[in-house]
Amino acid sequence: MTDLPPQTFRVTRADLVRYAGASGDFNPIHWSERTATQVGLPGVIAHGMLTMALGGRAVTAWAGAPDAVVEYSVRFSRPVPVPDTDEGTEVVVSGVVKEVTDDGLTRLTLTATCNGDKVLSMANATIRKR
Amino acid sequence: MPLDLSFVGRAWPPTEPYIVGREKIREFARAIGATDAEYHDPEAARAIGYADVVAPPTFPVVVTMTSSRQIIDDPDLGLDYSRVVHGDQRFKYSRPVVAGDALVCVNSVDEITQRGGHDFITTRTEVTTVDGEHVVTAWSKLVQRGQEQS
Repeated sequence: MTDLPPQTFRVTRADLVRYAGASGDFNPIHWSERTATQVGLPGVIAHGMLTMALGGRAVTAWAGAPDAVVEYSVRFSRPVPVPDTDEGTEVVVSGVVKEVTDDGLTRLTLTATCNGDKVLSMANATIRKR
Repeated sequence: MPLDLSFVGRAWPPTEPYIVGREKIREFARAIGATDAEYHDPEAARAIGYADVVAPPTFPVVVTMTSSRQIIDDPDLGLDYSRVVHGDQRFKYSRPVVAGDALVCVNSVDEITQRGGHDFITTRTEVTTVDGEHVVTAWSKLVQRGQEQS
């Protein structure tokens, strides 16, 4: 089975506002520069769960089915800073097939980077192909 | 202040049902840029065997984040939410969430540890329908950063 080729996702401040509203996570570190820097962050950062969702998009697209994921886990190893620019930032997700089991499950290990930093570690997805 | 270790193994009563709306799934899918027809179009979802639109894999956090405040807002636990960052997240699915689901959450604390001046708490949320069908289990590890850290 072929690996998951790198996919690039653009993330802007507008995306963070939209995700905050849709998810209900209104933590100000995801929209207030003042709050983010006060708690020692480089600036406003993306919701970890938004980064995880982008990884989920990459996995379901690769699997070819929106309901293929049976297990999905990540560690948020570094923040994803999102500058207040039209371009925002980019998250790049790729994956490697680790195992295909006899009962039809495929285990993938994912890599997600932003500006060259690994923003997810221990990121694994198990999918069941239709 | 360290977290109260007696919370390990504790479980909370089931939450009131969360009724999953079709528009909420569409809104969430749009927010993550997911354009798959099965997230937006009930006909496309029915074509793959679901009663209504299905939710993207991380959608359950909409339900579990709110429900797990049962734990993290408990003053006896001693969690200072202003120092908390999300460490790990894991989902194990029996099936995707589908619009129309009435979901009940049972929260518990799997683990509390301390390392390097930081506190770690792993919560587990069992998400089932009101009829008791398992949909997804979600684990969240939260990190309370030590006070000497900025």
